Amino acid sequence: MIVRLQVNGARREADVWPGTSLLTLLRDHLGLYGSKNACEQGECGSCSVWLDGELVCSCLVLGAQAGGREVLTVEGLNLERQAGAVQAAFVEAGAVQCGFCTPGFVVAVTDLLSNDPAPSEASIREALSGNLCRCTGYAKILDAVNLAAGRLRDSPA
Amino acid sequence: MTAIRPRAGIGGVGESAPRVDGLPKVKGEFEYASDLRREGMLWGETLRSPHPSARIRSIDVSQAAVRPGVRAVLVAADVPGRPRFGLDVKDQPVLAAEVVRYAGEPVAVVAADSQEAARQAIRAIAVDYEVLQPLTDMEAALHPDAPRVHPGGNVVRDVRILHGDPDAAAEVWVEGYYETGMQDQAPLGPEAGLAVPAVDGGVDLHVATQWLHADHEQIAPCLGLPEEKVRLHLSGVGGAFGAREDVSMQIHACLLALRTGRPVKMAYSRPESFSGHVHRHPSRIWMRHGARRDGTLVVVHARLLIDGGAYTSTSPAVIGNATTFAAGPYDVPNASLHGTAVFTNNPPCGAMRGFGAVQACFAYEAQMDRLAAALYMDPLALRLKNAMRPGTVMPTGQVVGGSAPVRKLIQGCAAMPLPPEEAAGGRDPIRLPGGAGNTSRGEGLARGAGYAVGFKNLAYSEGFDDSSQAWVRLSRDGQGAMAEVKTAAVEVGQGLDTIVAQIVRSELGVERVVQLPPDTAIGSAGSSSASRQTMMTGGAVQLACQAVRAELEARAGHHEVPDLIEFLDSPIEAVRTFHHRPTRALDGTGQGEPHVAFAFGAARAVVEVDRDLGLVRVVQLAVAQDVGRALNPQSVLGQIEGGSAQGLGFALMEEIDLAGGLVRNASFTDYLLPTTLDMPPVVSLLVEEPEPGMPFGAKGVGEPSTVVVPAAVVAALRAATGRALSRAPVKPDDLVGLRTFPGYRPPP
Repeated sequence: MIVRLQVNGARREADVWPGTSLLTLLRDHLGLYGSKNACEQGECGSCSVWLDGELVCSCLVLGAQAGGREVLTVEGLNLERQAGAVQAAFVEAGAVQCGFCTPGFVVAVTDLLSNDPAPSEASIREALSGNLCRCTGYAKILDAVNLAAGRLRDSPA
Repeated sequence: MTAIRPRAGIGGVGESAPRVDGLPKVKGEFEYASDLRREGMLWGETLRSPHPSARIRSIDVSQAAVRPGVRAVLVAADVPGRPRFGLDVKDQPVLAAEVVRYAGEPVAVVAADSQEAARQAIRAIAVDYEVLQPLTDMEAALHPDAPRVHPGGNVVRDVRILHGDPDAAAEVWVEGYYETGMQDQAPLGPEAGLAVPAVDGGVDLHVATQWLHADHEQIAPCLGLPEEKVRLHLSGVGGAFGAREDVSMQIHACLLALRTGRPVKMAYSRPESFSGHVHRHPSRIWMRHGARRDGTLVVVHARLLIDGGAYTSTSPAVIGNATTFAAGPYDVPNASLHGTAVFTNNPPCGAMRGFGAVQACFAYEAQMDRLAAALYMDPLALRLKNAMRPGTVMPTGQVVGGSAPVRKLIQGCAAMPLPPEEAAGGRDPIRLPGGAGNTSRGEGLARGAGYAVGFKNLAYSEGFDDSSQAWVRLSRDGQGAMAEVKTAAVEVGQGLDTIVAQIVRSELGVERVVQLPPDTAIGSAGSSSASRQTMMTGGAVQLACQAVRAELEARAGHHEVPDLIEFLDSPIEAVRTFHHRPTRALDGTGQGEPHVAFAFGAARAVVEVDRDLGLVRVVQLAVAQDVGRALNPQSVLGQIEGGSAQGLGFALMEEIDLAGGLVRNASFTDYLLPTTLDMPPVVSLLVEEPEPGMPFGAKGVGEPSTVVVPAAVVAALRAATGRALSRAPVKPDDLVGLRTFPGYRPPP
């Protein structure tokens, strides 16, 4: 079936098997490999994207459900100020090791900070509890969130 | 012009230089093996045995082969070369021929135009199995009447170490029985690769692995090709932790590519990944410690049994480690240590971070607490009294050389600030055991603290020369000096590429360092495992840089010119290989000099337990680690924190749930990994005593925290509950007394 949707501001279409997830559509049909396939059960958050502005696990959304809607992926983030601050903070704080979870974390943290510019430790931990990282033990990821949040507050857009 | 001389502030050794792969990774641009693609590529899929033990009567692929989009269906008879592979012992069939020995063993592979078509074809293959009774208990495997998993019997390796007088008399004795579960490495990146047939009749394999050359040495003979026609190229690796030491999809993808003449990609799903790699060996450990009344250790008796599952993999080295470490990082003058790795029809076990040291530490540290209690002694005082130091003779007769700051670690760990006490009432639920589930209201809370000390060998042991080769080229262009580096060493996420760049910057004073992609065109770098790459590949890179610099200085004629770059009219290159000092295998009584060097660690865990519900909150982990010298302090801390998380998982939640040889929790829904809500703050102390013979005095840093954290967490749970808790992972049932294990029972 043909699915037509907006991805990162551009009109795209893909001819997919009806059972294809949005994640597989993005990766294998549109060549957007930034969203990762680590569990395909909505447990790890590595495939996090926005669907009409809502943070979702793209492995749990059918490609067909995204038809006529707007998808924003990690590849579409790079020029945005908030995401850029998050990305820089991840590198500086040492929050990246193997990096497989990183795009999902960058998306989830960007979403968190756009809703809550000064999150408490508890709300950061809760907001990111759906993103698994096997390398870092999360300490430096939490550091990165605080670093990015602080910088964004210090220099509002 | 750029002055070529060591200087500070250019991202050299000792600085927390940012990761060289950081930006592409945060942007989603870094290409992992599961992201590989080629025009016209096919997808490969694997049919696996649903039975832990069965005879294959027949395989009918005819229905699968005619399905739309299917390009090849291969079974054992289609393997053109050696039918088996394996890291050392080649006992694992590329595709099962007559029997299957574990549930998940590959039986057939398919290549098709799409992944869906390949998956549907897999389901159309008909295998007629004669199902056999599986052998799934590691003690039953030792029974003379047990079915034989392999013709040679069920013992993979038996290690006996006799030291001093094992019958020595002691004044106080404690004995204990301990079990640990089967842990999964669960790297987030699944097993994946892309095989591309080449015009010379060979194949190029792009793959996520830990050791390109070990894969290469196993793949080529199975394909029936000379080694030079099989070329491996490293793809992006999404974590490893031991899971990528063994071959998974490598040979299958190459076979399919060679058969179809098309590029073939294979990428495991998460459930398949649980079958696609080895796991941490489950263990059963019996220990008896004898001491004098003043706390001096006199003798340790240990019997260790680990379940190697269906194939050899690295079980011989894992039981070697577990047995040689069984007495702990202590001065033990007399010992009898007996370890056995057995075959069963459970999934194969092999390498995982900590590699035999984790299981041993869980047992010997529980014993040290038990002994302290029997002696009415402070557990830390007991450890300090007996701590290993340089010159200590280990049970193998090996004298501890190099640095061994065990006392400093224990004292440093104990001195780290404790977390503040918190009132139970009025807390945010996420700060209660059970967390955001809002299950506990804070009734029946008990806090406890526990300590553990442990150690791990660095690099390969028992006579193995796991050297590493590096090529360095220094040249000049319009932008100034540039160093290029090539090795076959694998960046799995640990930060090796950054360390290599730091070493080059420090040795050559050049900021611009270009790292060429790792492949099998250069000599082996050995595995990215055993905490070895910073020392081994770091050492090779250092040697190559020093050779380049020597040539540059020879051109200059003296060492004091400000601008050595003037002498770079032609580039300088050098290839060097780094070897660690030789080690010696164990003899019949377990005497030898098996290990190169050691990294020690000490951990303290503070936990809170809801004693009614058996729920746990780890409040804080404190880890003091012996790092030799921290080449990148931020990266070292990241290793300690990440290793601690895997240790916490091992202690509290991570276990492959086996029933009759079948894995019942092959998903991240059912196999639980620590999340942001499970991990407490980790406070770390780096103890820097340089290791002789290693580059800049560095020790590998990846494993000690994983070794000591499980024992510390369970010690803290014992302190909070007063229960014996002899099995990890500790479950809520254990904490409320619904499940108990014997304090001791006779060893087999």
